[in-house]
Amino acid sequence: MKRAGPLLLLLLVAACAGPQSALSGAGSGSGRALLLTIVMTVGFTAVFALVLGLTALAIFGPQGWRERFGREGWVYGLGIAFPVVVIGALLLWGFAILGADEALADAEDPVRIEVTGERWWWRVTYLTDDGRRVESANELRVPVGRTVELALKSADVIHSFWLPAYAGKTDMIPGRTNTLRFVADEAGRVRGQCAEYCGGAHAFMAFWVEAMPEAAFEDWLEHEAGPPPETSFPDGETVFLSSGCGGCHAVRGTPGASGEIGPNLSHVGSRTSLGAGIMPNDREAFVRWVADHQEIKPENNMPPYDILNDEELAALGAYLEGLQ
Amino acid sequence: MLDRTTDEDRIRAFGALPQKGLPNPGPRPEGEEEELLKIWATPTGWRLPTAVNNTVIGILYIGAAFVFFVLAGILALVMRTQLAVPNNDLLTQDLYNQLFTTHGTTMMFLFAIPSMEALGVMLLPQMLAARDLPFPRLSAFAIWAYVVGGAVFFTTVFYDLAPRGGWFMYPPNTLKEFAPGDNADFWLLGIGFIEISAIAGAIEIIVGTLRTRPPGMSLDKLPIFGWAMLIFAGMIMVAFPAVILATMLLEIERSFGWPFFSPEGGGDPLLWQHLFWFFGHPEVYIMFLPAAGLVSMMIPTIAQTKLVGYRLVVLALIATGFFSFGLWVHHMYATGIPGLSLAFFSAASAAVAIPSGIQVFSWLATLAKGRRRIRFTPPALFLLGTVFIFVLGGLTGVMVAMVPFDLQAHDTYFITAHMHYVMIGGMVFPLFATFYYWAPMVSSRLLSERLGQVAFWLMFIGFNVSFFPMHITGLLGMPRRVWTYPDEVGWGGYNMVSTIGAYIIAAGVAVFIWDLIKNFRVGNAEEDNPWNAGTLEFLPQDDYSTRSIPHVTTRDPLWDQPGLAEEVKAGHHYLPNAPTGGRETIVTSAIHAVPQYVIQMPGPSWTHVIAAVATAATFLLLTVKVVTLAMICAVVAVAAMFFWLWDVDRGPDKGPVEIGHGIELPVYVTGPVAHGWWAMMVLYLVGGSLYLSYLFSYLYMWTVSPETWPQGGAGLANLGWPLLSALCLIGSAAAFYFTKRVLPERGRINLAPALLMGGGALLACAGVAAEIWGHVQAGLRPTQSVYDAMVYLSPVLTGQIVVAICFMTLFVLLRHARGKLDNVRYANYENTALLVYFAVGQGLLGLLFIHGFPRMVG
Repeated sequence: MKRAGPLLLLLLVAACAGPQSALSGAGSGSGRALLLTIVMTVGFTAVFALVLGLTALAIFGPQGWRERFGREGWVYGLGIAFPVVVIGALLLWGFAILGADEALADAEDPVRIEVTGERWWWRVTYLTDDGRRVESANELRVPVGRTVELALKSADVIHSFWLPAYAGKTDMIPGRTNTLRFVADEAGRVRGQCAEYCGGAHAFMAFWVEAMPEAAFEDWLEHEAGPPPETSFPDGETVFLSSGCGGCHAVRGTPGASGEIGPNLSHVGSRTSLGAGIMPNDREAFVRWVADHQEIKPENNMPPYDILNDEELAALGAYLEGLQ
Repeated sequence: MLDRTTDEDRIRAFGALPQKGLPNPGPRPEGEEEELLKIWATPTGWRLPTAVNNTVIGILYIGAAFVFFVLAGILALVMRTQLAVPNNDLLTQDLYNQLFTTHGTTMMFLFAIPSMEALGVMLLPQMLAARDLPFPRLSAFAIWAYVVGGAVFFTTVFYDLAPRGGWFMYPPNTLKEFAPGDNADFWLLGIGFIEISAIAGAIEIIVGTLRTRPPGMSLDKLPIFGWAMLIFAGMIMVAFPAVILATMLLEIERSFGWPFFSPEGGGDPLLWQHLFWFFGHPEVYIMFLPAAGLVSMMIPTIAQTKLVGYRLVVLALIATGFFSFGLWVHHMYATGIPGLSLAFFSAASAAVAIPSGIQVFSWLATLAKGRRRIRFTPPALFLLGTVFIFVLGGLTGVMVAMVPFDLQAHDTYFITAHMHYVMIGGMVFPLFATFYYWAPMVSSRLLSERLGQVAFWLMFIGFNVSFFPMHITGLLGMPRRVWTYPDEVGWGGYNMVSTIGAYIIAAGVAVFIWDLIKNFRVGNAEEDNPWNAGTLEFLPQDDYSTRSIPHVTTRDPLWDQPGLAEEVKAGHHYLPNAPTGGRETIVTSAIHAVPQYVIQMPGPSWTHVIAAVATAATFLLLTVKVVTLAMICAVVAVAAMFFWLWDVDRGPDKGPVEIGHGIELPVYVTGPVAHGWWAMMVLYLVGGSLYLSYLFSYLYMWTVSPETWPQGGAGLANLGWPLLSALCLIGSAAAFYFTKRVLPERGRINLAPALLMGGGALLACAGVAAEIWGHVQAGLRPTQSVYDAMVYLSPVLTGQIVVAICFMTLFVLLRHARGKLDNVRYANYENTALLVYFAVGQGLLGLLFIHGFPRMVG
């Protein structure tokens, strides 16, 4: 199968690709990389088959053929000339793709988002055209068809921002700011994950991205920038504030909840996932998280809250889910 | 007889000798072979650890490396079991992180490099028909330090003390702030031992390959494995210093807070990556080259014909070594490096495929040229497996050399698949072929052909079942080093297949181990050359290696020089006896292999074993911060080294000796002909690369954080101090230089050399101290900024050599006091003086740079 239908295999794999696949090619850069992947896979399968064929010839071939193949000239031809041509062509193409990716830097009016890797979550800050900084966490929303420019930073160790559906990965390095640009071609929801081992809960540092039509994105951003609607669970808010959650987490418009150490929770109830892409985002999940987060995501930097009783947890869960 | 003519005449006259008959045509005297056997006997019973014979310690070396391979493989099985299904909680997150760090570190540092060095130690002297390596106790020392240090490192995984930063240990994740506890220090310790044994091994291999070849084996007749090991050792000399420096910086930052990698002090985490991969990438080829060399040795035997394209393969090996230093950045494509440098490194990374291709096609052409169809013996099967796996890994290697593809594949299971294809195909399969092929050299029985075939098929099928699907898992988005994954991403099925494959590989390795238990018995094989190979390691052997050392006139002497084996065995070639009454072998010239002198080598001893154990203990105790006991162990280690070296410098009394064809050779030399002098030159190269790595780091940090460099002369040391330092250093070199003129006659002792050397050592210390004091006066503090730290690092680097010089001087002074140093027998002094010159040169360069550069740019 390996030799017969590499393309078929690739298509088959691509067809059942999950939300984090580099084979979906849903963005400009990832599309170019995907074409390169397909061409190299097919071409190198042919080269591999050739080498296996020559090996078989060298061992089982008729005497005359073997004698002809047992000469130094073949080593020059197949060992030097052939790879020089193939590799040279591939390199030129690779450079062309790099150039195309870099051309995104000239895009007018990109969506600018700052993403900071923290152990083990993502701080996401939208920089609006009128100069506001809108902070969110663990999820990105981007408009379809417009260049997205990410400023990638780290607050502690090295992380790597990887969103395979749209672009290759770029490291987040303390003391540096890297830039990653991409265009999402279609609306949809895809998953990304930290690709550089960053200690402890590295496996649990993921995020979701939703690409949406331009107008919907603008509306969403306007909503995201504001405070959440008035809570219908004041008991939960009381638990939230009296337990000191606001020391680390901010909820816009809520006095006493302006902490900046942990993820901004202003609209946490409206996100796709909880705990940096590892759990669904509903009331029950909030309760589980607060009660058991060191079990769910070991070593994370949130202190344990096993002092809360079931009633308090339920109220807190309802309150958090309501932060839409 | 050959002294008074010119070099060219000597070479020509020597080359004509084989036409005049055998070197020692007459019958050998009674009892000669018994004497050889007695001299070279391997110690038995409880004294076995004192052995230094390269075949004996070679077995220990390769055996230890194989044990680490099995242990790290078991860790891999445990990890594969954890990953078999999504959301598995068989292992905890923290344990998994320790396991993959230990798996990678052990496979790289305790298995791959040591096993290749072990083969160098074991096979190379036999291929060169040398009686032993030129510094037998040095390699034994390195091996014991490796065995003890490696064992302790590995067991940390059982005590929750194993490092959890990955085998690449990227800071800041490995700095004290994010990695408190001793775990990361154990990694630094583990790699410290491999640094020691790798450098020691490189010295042995370079001096051994260049100077202990059999008479007549000019470089163009060197077996391919010799070339591979020569380049291997050369690469170690250039690559290892970079990681030695990196580990020093990391440990200094962890222990004392010098901000090399922390942006708060102007440091940069990427400095680590540059240094680490400048070592780490060549390291992949450091593992692959010897294995490729072995393949190029076995394929001709299997095809029963000469290698097609010997010169081309040698060139390919050299080219691989050369290219491998130009592509370290391909591990760093995603770090935000500018496009132009990406293009350069991308081209270099892809180009390295060409020399590998040359070797593969040379192997295939050789198989085709063989007259009869090959037999599928275990070595042949493993070699064909090598071609299959390595070629596939090489092709995916070209894929990841392409930047746009790599930005997707980097740090995913695609890379896990690629690197295992390259390393298992490029190194592990050749190693198993080697086990089956060369077993008769050290085992009295061949390994089983049937079990070998079973082991091969299990390993080959298991390998592909396990690792091929990982290409797909990676492209579907699975990053490396995750201890679990959710269901929704769709990686479950592929992971299950990979896990099943891993168990099949394990079954194959188990069959091999069963074969070893059943058939491997240390001893001399009944059949000397079971495969009908053409190279010297298949000459009749005993503890003394070959009975006499052959005059070689071709590349495949056993094929082209009929009757050689019988002649050698009957003692008709060179040095069939032990004229000095001790262990000895012939030293020949580096290019043409004309005999130059007979080296007197030390035999079994406890000293180097104690030195190794005490050295290991010193570093281990320092790691867990038991300082007093560590210091005691350090004293024991130094004392043991003094005893070890005491009887190594033996003097000329027993020479000259006749080795055959009337050639009379001295048994003691000094100066540029001596093997000790060559070892010092290798050390020069190592020290030079270390200091160059430092200069690179300094300049790199200047480009990253120029704002921490002094502006307008503020914070620069008063030039008086560096001037004083320079004077002291020059004075030190002069003192050692003039010592040679006042060395006493035989049997005399005079005060002048002692005063000069003692004073010289003190001056060197004073030179380093003056430099440091100048910076202290100028208000520099190493914890303040990366500039300050870099400034202090220079005298630290020179200072550590000066410490070594002080111990060496003490040793030479002791020899002098005992009347063992005179104007003929002065190798100890000469090597010390050579190190002094190096330290002084480096110190002066450092002064010029540290005080000149900021003034130039400031």
